Amino acid sequence: MQLVLEKRAERSTTIALVSPLIAIGLTIVTMSILFAILGKNPILALGVYFIDPLTDSYSLQEIAVKATPLVMIGIGLSLCYLANVWNIGAEGQFLIGAVAGSWLAVKTQGTGAGYWVMPAMLLLGAVAGALYALIPAICKVRFGASEILTSLMLVYVADLFLDYLVRGPWRDPAGFNFPTTAEFDPVATVPVLIEGGRLHLGAIIALLVVAAATVLLGKTIKGFEIRVVGAAPRAARFGGFNSDQLILLTFAMSGALAGLAGIIEVAGPVGHLQPGISPGYGFTAIIVAFLGRLNPIGILIAGLFLALTFIGGEQAQIAMKIPLDVTKVFQGILLFYVLACDSLILYRFRLIFPSPKVSSGTA
Amino acid sequence: MRKILIAATAVLLTAGASLFSASAADKLKVGFIYLGPIGDLGWTYQHELARQALVKEFGDKIETTFLENVSEGPDSERSIEQLVRAGNKLIFTTSFGYMEPTLKVAKKYPNVHFEHATGYKRDKNMSTYSGRFYEGRYIQGVIAAKMSKSGVLGYIGSFPIPEVISGINATILGAQTINPNIKVKIIWANSWFDPGKEADAAKALLDQGADVIMQHTDSPAAMQIASERGKLAFGQDSEMIKFGPKAQLTSIMDNWAPYYIDRVRAELDGKWASEDTWGGLKSKMVVMAPYTNMPDDVKKLAMDTEAAITDGKLFPFKCPVMGQDGKEVECKGGDHLADGQVLGMNFYVKGIDDTIPGK
Amino acid sequence: MELLEAIILSVLAASTPLLIAATGELVTERAGVLNLGVEGMMIVGAACGFGGAWLTGSTIIGAACGIVAGTLLSLIFAVMTLGLAVNQVATGLALTILGIGLSGLIGAGFVGERITPAPHLHIPGLTDIPLVGRILFGEDAFIYFSLALVIGVWLFLYRTRAGLVLRAVGDNHVSAHALGYPVLKIRMFAVMFGGACAGLAGAYLPLAYTPFFIPGMTAGRGWIALALVVFSSWRPARLVIGAYLFGAVTILQLHAQGLGLGIPSQFMSALPYLATVIVLVLISRARTGGSTAPAALGTVFVPDR
Repeated sequence: MQLVLEKRAERSTTIALVSPLIAIGLTIVTMSILFAILGKNPILALGVYFIDPLTDSYSLQEIAVKATPLVMIGIGLSLCYLANVWNIGAEGQFLIGAVAGSWLAVKTQGTGAGYWVMPAMLLLGAVAGALYALIPAICKVRFGASEILTSLMLVYVADLFLDYLVRGPWRDPAGFNFPTTAEFDPVATVPVLIEGGRLHLGAIIALLVVAAATVLLGKTIKGFEIRVVGAAPRAARFGGFNSDQLILLTFAMSGALAGLAGIIEVAGPVGHLQPGISPGYGFTAIIVAFLGRLNPIGILIAGLFLALTFIGGEQAQIAMKIPLDVTKVFQGILLFYVLACDSLILYRFRLIFPSPKVSSGTA
Repeated sequence: MRKILIAATAVLLTAGASLFSASAADKLKVGFIYLGPIGDLGWTYQHELARQALVKEFGDKIETTFLENVSEGPDSERSIEQLVRAGNKLIFTTSFGYMEPTLKVAKKYPNVHFEHATGYKRDKNMSTYSGRFYEGRYIQGVIAAKMSKSGVLGYIGSFPIPEVISGINATILGAQTINPNIKVKIIWANSWFDPGKEADAAKALLDQGADVIMQHTDSPAAMQIASERGKLAFGQDSEMIKFGPKAQLTSIMDNWAPYYIDRVRAELDGKWASEDTWGGLKSKMVVMAPYTNMPDDVKKLAMDTEAAITDGKLFPFKCPVMGQDGKEVECKGGDHLADGQVLGMNFYVKGIDDTIPGK
Repeated sequence: MELLEAIILSVLAASTPLLIAATGELVTERAGVLNLGVEGMMIVGAACGFGGAWLTGSTIIGAACGIVAGTLLSLIFAVMTLGLAVNQVATGLALTILGIGLSGLIGAGFVGERITPAPHLHIPGLTDIPLVGRILFGEDAFIYFSLALVIGVWLFLYRTRAGLVLRAVGDNHVSAHALGYPVLKIRMFAVMFGGACAGLAGAYLPLAYTPFFIPGMTAGRGWIALALVVFSSWRPARLVIGAYLFGAVTILQLHAQGLGLGIPSQFMSALPYLATVIVLVLISRARTGGSTAPAALGTVFVPDR
């Protein structure tokens, strides 16, 4: 007896809607067992993770703040992945975007520059992120070097470059040589939306990005090309699409979005450039992209959902003294279940009883 | 409404803590933000020990909570605010990178008190505290110069920030009192915490002729390597004798417990006020592990040096301090460098044949 | 000369975990599966390896525990990506998150403990040969095992029928399936081999390198192992060169600092990564006729029925 997958004739819409619920159900069962083993009340613990963060405006704002970079980067990455090119260096593009935008903030510090500074910073961040992403893209197109590797390696380079800048040339002169720039001027910061909170303009930009990506993929020829090149490269070649150009384009777009997310994060919630501005956003966003099924709206939901588990995990640490490692395990298990259940959209499980003839010689 | 309630409770608490302390519901909640995992055996571990000491000291009167592995980026402000919203009235943020976030949250919640480690920005409700680790480094320099046969010391740095630079300088100044020609080789790991890399750095230093290893990184890896090779080393942050029973000379231990107990007591008594504390050997914020693996005369010398620094008779940065170029460094603290000069130290003293990265 | 010998010894030790983990991943990728969860499997291998050695006092049992842990974790990956046809990149990253959490939970019990590091070989006569004796015969057994492992993998891939089948599965799973080879079963074994190697590589750190366990002690080595596989263009011999090259750059930059060469340490630390990018470009450029990557790498295979 054997369990096999059988391809469905078409995507199952019902399951597409139900599968996340099944996944959450399975996670709840698994985690309840784990919590019980750890001696914590499972119902209370799950309430803290999933429900409590949704019950007050503060936590909702924080979820949006945390989701903003994840969604922006995730959207960019989804364009690459749809075109079947593998940018896994968004973390580096995020950092370079942050660095480039910060350059303007540092240079205009205390010069009384006008309100053009912040928009210019965002533009610089996006351009720099795009250029940085073009390095692995060009290496791939021109020399055939694997973009997976080069984009990943450039993450470390970007990280060390940022480190060098804030410990050397850009160090806050009044900061006792600690590795950070001075706090940015008000004209160089991304404004908050609600007084006293941390929700900032970036959240709106992220929503615009989601809308733009939906239009791009659904309504434009370029979006069509991206999907065809990814799904059927041979057909795309016959169709006369230039796949090299598309690699460059999707890399540039994802780099630009990662860079934009980087400078927004620095000019928004952080307020200055320092090492460690990203707690792995570029990598988490890869998961977000897949959780969202490479669909803009899906990515928005996935980003918010992952942010919820971060906030919930923190509250569980405070309210129930549940170690951070348990939150990591929780996230891992949840991701596994969601991804596994998504498989039901395209496939159906079937138990088969193989006839003796089918068994093959090599095993 | 909730905010007002919180504010009101805070006022009541600080005004009349003694009245309320009888009731269990009004326990003082104390929160901690940690940079690493509590099991890092170094920096975070020492803060965690101090938290446990608090629990032991005050028992039912307080309730403590910590968040571990909080990155210094955009997440930290939220983590701190989460602690505030969970009702913590005194919050220790235990890494330099939490300075701006702590300041922001402190401005937002004037009735909550904050304690930030190793920073320099304060507010009405935000204190800073740090240790004069360089005092311990000076003693280590004296011991190292006595114990080194090759006259070459190996120093593993994390990042070239003033705390680390002043540690290197203090070591050399201490060593020069014994051996004016002492040499030091410095390797930057560019990480606070990467056991493998710290071990590699220790190996490289030993291979290049150093025979005493000192480190300003957090794991016991370097101690372990020195022990394996039959060489000597100094621990960092915590007692590391377990990892080098025949290698550890002493260790500079961060001892936050007395300070934390003081501050919590002040909070309970309603006497908390914003302060800038830079504690050293005297206030026992910096404690030397037992002097081991050295002859009695060196041990005595080390203890005498420790006593002299503790009594304020000896200043590690006693003027004149010579820079690398041989010129005297301006002496702003009377007969020794002023605290500000040490806090922002960004030069090597004479005798170090190297340059500070990024300079 | 002594310094040279010492540097070589350090490079050997620093390269070994990378080499072991990368060898496993190379086999996995040769079968057409991209498992980005190496870091997660390594750190769990480190925690379990240390736990096993600490409880029993035996390096061998520790290593076995690491191998078992890595294999179990890779089985989750296999079930997900092979059984359920889930995207490999996403699953691998999720595996890393899970692994980091699990290792923290497992390791919490023995943080602060230490064990006796794996013994160094000593073969009378051979180990005492000047210059080369210690390098060839005087280090811990893992170092020599890792080389034997690569040779074994090379023989397997290029000199056995099973290896040929595995490569065929990685290059074109549809044809391999049509020829009657059990694609998913072969891939599952390849994934498990990768997990076993990653677990062993992780266990090497607390068993031989720094004999204690600290959360997060793999510090990104799993990612470097992944890079090395691509760097080697999926060939075992180049993998050895790549691993030692990477180890050498890491160690030499430390030595350069100790000698007081005034180069920014960040630049030195970035060197291995830049070197990898540049060498990769050069290799790819010198190559004629496209990429040597397994053609089916990372793609989902569901047998038709």
